[in-house]
Amino acid sequence: MAATEKRMILRFVDEPGYTNDIECYLRHGGYEQLRKAVGMQSADIINEVKASGLRGRGGAGFGCGLKWSFIPPTNTKPVYLICNADESEPGTFKDRQIIHRDPHQLIEGMTIACFANRAHLAYIYIRGEFPEGARILERALDEARSKNFLGKNILGTGFDCEIYVHRGAGAYICGEETGLIESLEGKRPYPRIKPPYFPAVLGLYMSPTIVNNVETLCHVKHILSMGGAEYAKLGKPNNTGTRIIGVSGDVKNTGYYEFEVGALTLGELIYDVCGGIRNGNSLKAVIPGGSSSKILKAGEVYRIKQKGPDGAMVDRDLRLEDIPMDFDTMAAVGSMAGSGGVIVMDHKRDMVDCLQNLNEFYAHESCGQCTPCREGSLWMKKITTRLVHGEGRAGDVATLKSVADNIAGRTVCAFGEACSWPTQSFLAKFKDEFEAKAKAGVAI
Amino acid sequence: MSAEPTPIPADLPADFLADVDRTVSHYPVSMRSASLPLLHLWQERFGYISDPAVKWIANRLGLQPINVLELVTFYPMFRRHAVGKFHIRVCRTLSCALGGGYELFEILREQIGAQGDGHGVAVSPDGRFSIEFVECLAACGTAPVMMVNDDFYEQVNSPTKASEVLAHYKGKE
Ligand SMILES: Cc1cc2nc3c(=O)[nH]c(=O)nc-3n(C[C@H](O)[C@H](O)[C@H](O)COP(=O)(O)O)c2cc1C
Ligand code: FES
Repeated sequence: MAATEKRMILRFVDEPGYTNDIECYLRHGGYEQLRKAVGMQSADIINEVKASGLRGRGGAGFGCGLKWSFIPPTNTKPVYLICNADESEPGTFKDRQIIHRDPHQLIEGMTIACFANRAHLAYIYIRGEFPEGARILERALDEARSKNFLGKNILGTGFDCEIYVHRGAGAYICGEETGLIESLEGKRPYPRIKPPYFPAVLGLYMSPTIVNNVETLCHVKHILSMGGAEYAKLGKPNNTGTRIIGVSGDVKNTGYYEFEVGALTLGELIYDVCGGIRNGNSLKAVIPGGSSSKILKAGEVYRIKQKGPDGAMVDRDLRLEDIPMDFDTMAAVGSMAGSGGVIVMDHKRDMVDCLQNLNEFYAHESCGQCTPCREGSLWMKKITTRLVHGEGRAGDVATLKSVADNIAGRTVCAFGEACSWPTQSFLAKFKDEFEAKAKAGVAI
Repeated sequence: MSAEPTPIPADLPADFLADVDRTVSHYPVSMRSASLPLLHLWQERFGYISDPAVKWIANRLGLQPINVLELVTFYPMFRRHAVGKFHIRVCRTLSCALGGGYELFEILREQIGAQGDGHGVAVSPDGRFSIEFVECLAACGTAPVMMVNDDFYEQVNSPTKASEVLAHYKGKE
């Protein structure tokens, strides 16, 4: 039996009559948590977020409270907060729902996060292809200002905070937090090398900067409302809270859903929640956390280590359908929960075609700063394209693998991994399909 | 620089200049941060980023023209040439491709009579429509998706639906 949805972030968005203006938000308890927050000590808020176990929903799953505590205690520079609303990872369409239909939830979360981190200036970096979303946010910010939830002397507490919307212009790399910062500084979004440029130490304008995803910042409000310890009871240890899962591809009911983290398996998601595979086909493969996460193959067995009843670690074998959708298990089976974007492929899909599609994306989006990524992403696209066109060559599968293997770990930012993981995992799981195409081409 | 020269209107409209000033005020720490926003404002108003536009924005922000031009040549949304009055963007990426994104592109391209395979912008013979493939538009659950200017359309999964979308613009001035 599949878990039922637990809607916290998306609680109201599909309710008839729920609108994205501030009056509606206030009628639903809006800005109550901000009122509470500005009466607290900022360190106490950070402690609640730490206690909640909240992990980032943007892709990497990094501890939110931990990130917030990286701002040097001796810091004297201004602190900035940036909301990452670049939402560009293929398969991901969750932040859009929040921005369009519940923008004040994000603004409340951001303002609390600003107060906790002593930031007085924040930006929402929204992808350029969300013009409507940008307008909605601008209007919501104006409304929040007019009610003194933003601006000078917020709610009479002496706390000043401004949030502005900043639009990107069509480049995926701006989702990478240091590329985003460069972009926000008015430059090409070439990511910065870490160390030393950890945003919490040397971020926007070389000042401490907290970068969090839209969904992550919304959770902050709910953590304050419930208390960190209570929030941590949702989900599983080290995988707490709820998260939005977006399902696309070959299932009957594509869409967005919100569950406690790890409350359901991939099989429950696909068959019970999404009604199974469409057109009477059967399941072939799943990309579980955005296009960069490694593909999982149906019919394969995934062995993970798990704590047994006596506390000792035991091996457990999982079919794809039995994999619970939490951060740690997804990592243990060799992929990642990433951005929560699940892409499902049925048995009629040609895996070479699918990888070619993704490789075209990565070749287009590489910023070009690091040679392995700039050249490698292009070669991966070229090779998969010729395989698709029946022009493959005998050594193509080996070449493709070697190109991918020589990008990951050799670049300034994690785009290197993001672009090589699809190729590495497609080749590992569906090698025969690639070999067949390479051979077919050689006949010429 | 090689974009078609468009003269900068000797007097830029007052409301445009007010928009520029308001936008610049959002970046109290560094005016350079306003580069992308000003490029957006310019392109929305005048259609594309001409050489004079690059110079004007650089001048307004105390930058060299190259600081602005290098953004225009990097960020895919900025254009150096005019496109159609109605610019169509079709998502090319995997979830949409699984839902018929390539087929949608072909239907639309044929209906507006533009030539091209999706690489770069293709323009209709009368210049009113243009079309290009773009990468994931973050609406993968309602594939295939497309935009016409700022308007967004989801689940455009049949020729009839595609024609309906186009019909809406064909009659428009
Ligand atoms: C290539 C690349 C693209 C990324 N794109 C996004 C994105 O679109 N949205 C996002 O929130 N995070 C994205 N990230 C992750 C960010 O770098 C960063 O980890 C995240 O915004 C931190 O927020 P969180 O801790 O709340 O998840 C991307 C990372 C990489 C390497
Ligand atoms: S793949 Fe088309 S919107 Fe994501």
